[in-house]
Amino acid sequence: MLHLAELSRLSISEEEIEPLKKDLDSIVSYISQLNELNTDGVEPTYQCFDMQNVWREDEIQEFEAKREDLLALAPESEDNQIKVPKVL
Amino acid sequence: MKIADKNTKAVDLVKAALAKAEEYKDYNVFISMNAEAALAKAAEIDEKIAKGEKVGKLAGVPYALKDNYSSHDGNTTAAAHILDSYHSPITATAVAKIEAEGAIMIGRANLDAFAHGGSTENSYFGPTKNSADDTRVAGGSSGGSAVATALDIVEFALGSDTGGSIRQPASFNGVYGIKPTYGAVSRYGVVAMASSTDTMGCFAKKAEDVDLVMSIMAGQDAKDSTTLPDYWTKNLDEVKPAKKKIGLIRDCFGDGIDPEVAKIVREYGDKLKAQGFEIEEFDMPILKYGLAIYYVVQPAEVASNLSRYDGVRYALRSKDVKSLDDVFVNSRNEGFMKENKRRIMIGNFVLSSGFYDAYYLKAQKARTLLINAYNEAFEKYDALLCPVAPTPAFKLGEKTSDPLTMYLEDAMTVPASMAGLPALSVPAGETEAGLPVGAQLIGRAQSDQLLLSIAKQIEDSEAK
Repeated sequence: MLHLAELSRLSISEEEIEPLKKDLDSIVSYISQLNELNTDGVEPTYQCFDMQNVWREDEIQEFEAKREDLLALAPESEDNQIKVPKVL
Repeated sequence: MKIADKNTKAVDLVKAALAKAEEYKDYNVFISMNAEAALAKAAEIDEKIAKGEKVGKLAGVPYALKDNYSSHDGNTTAAAHILDSYHSPITATAVAKIEAEGAIMIGRANLDAFAHGGSTENSYFGPTKNSADDTRVAGGSSGGSAVATALDIVEFALGSDTGGSIRQPASFNGVYGIKPTYGAVSRYGVVAMASSTDTMGCFAKKAEDVDLVMSIMAGQDAKDSTTLPDYWTKNLDEVKPAKKKIGLIRDCFGDGIDPEVAKIVREYGDKLKAQGFEIEEFDMPILKYGLAIYYVVQPAEVASNLSRYDGVRYALRSKDVKSLDDVFVNSRNEGFMKENKRRIMIGNFVLSSGFYDAYYLKAQKARTLLINAYNEAFEKYDALLCPVAPTPAFKLGEKTSDPLTMYLEDAMTVPASMAGLPALSVPAGETEAGLPVGAQLIGRAQSDQLLLSIAKQIEDSEAK
């Protein structure tokens, strides 16, 4: 559970582990019924209409938002850059 | 639909909608109101009309916007704490299109946070109440939009449907709700949930109103590469079924289905018969696995889409941070609802090495089998008929303790989502207790207008 939380960039407290484990166990046991299906030789579907790459011209286009607007959304910024706590 | 013209002022339409919203405040329909901007837009439209200038097809029509669509009017919260202070710098294509035709957003409607849920109880802003019984849930995730339409606050509302989030609340509140063919409407600017099944649709009280709004929203968009060339171009009365034959999915009328729901949907079948349709019962055993397929694929896509909320570039950043890792973990921990976290963790589980083949790949193969079964059915039938949800609206709090019980609500809506098919929730009747029940019509890809024309035929026959 802790590994899964770490992969998910979430933290779970001691007392959350058991109830969460119970929920996830019941969900996983439900989805495991897929094992009853024979899928030998069946191709997986990732996109319903089998759409392939959709290309566009590689041209510069105007974006509706300005750079200042986007920077203003950041919780903290300085000198046109987004600021985060020290990494090293 | 009442559209502003020389005799009907847009300002009056908007004022009436705002007054209704106030009257029904206790239902918790809206996360935020847009009164000032709405009235200003209405005044502009009235001025244009007075000058004899051209106005759009939805001139002055007030609408409710599910709060996961971006626009400059108000914050786009997705009903989640992590986004509650987020003011979008962009406008969703669907919003831009309907507003270009003069529609006016009066408020942002409540939903389950990130559209994760079937009751609107997973909202950071509290649950929305059912329009017919305020001790019951609105359905979800587009609960606010459905209730806003059902209570006549607005004549239409936008929603999004990934696994039933438009159809199920439509059923619970007795209005139309359409989940269009995947790719019919651009997803650009809408908070992503599960990208391979996210669709943008609407609620209204008449089939032709649904058709009008959808015809405006539909079409190809360079900002969403999965959009299809515009096919929403016909007049509903000219859309004709090829076979006049509808398949009633027998598997959806058995165990676990409320007998009153089954009865009402069968009666809708009888109405179709009276209009000259042949109704044939058939089996689709693969449907039994629809929900399991969905609850593998959808959390996987959710986990991936929600990884962008890291507290760095926008939205909530936890105050409790000493390191960059704290920014990620604590912001997500504080900002997501419990259900969001569960889905992220399930998604990362089914995608993790060692389990990928057993769950994710297996589900995507099963998805192919599901699509094949639909294709086979559409060789015989114009459309398929089944219930939307196994029960009418349940009590607030009734299903919040066990997530799997809540997921089972989606059993009959998710299969069409996994196959990208259009599906329409049609108001079909009420239980003895007065709770609305919807019937679901499912069609082949791009046959959305056929479903609406069938529903309109029944609507017209009842109006006579």
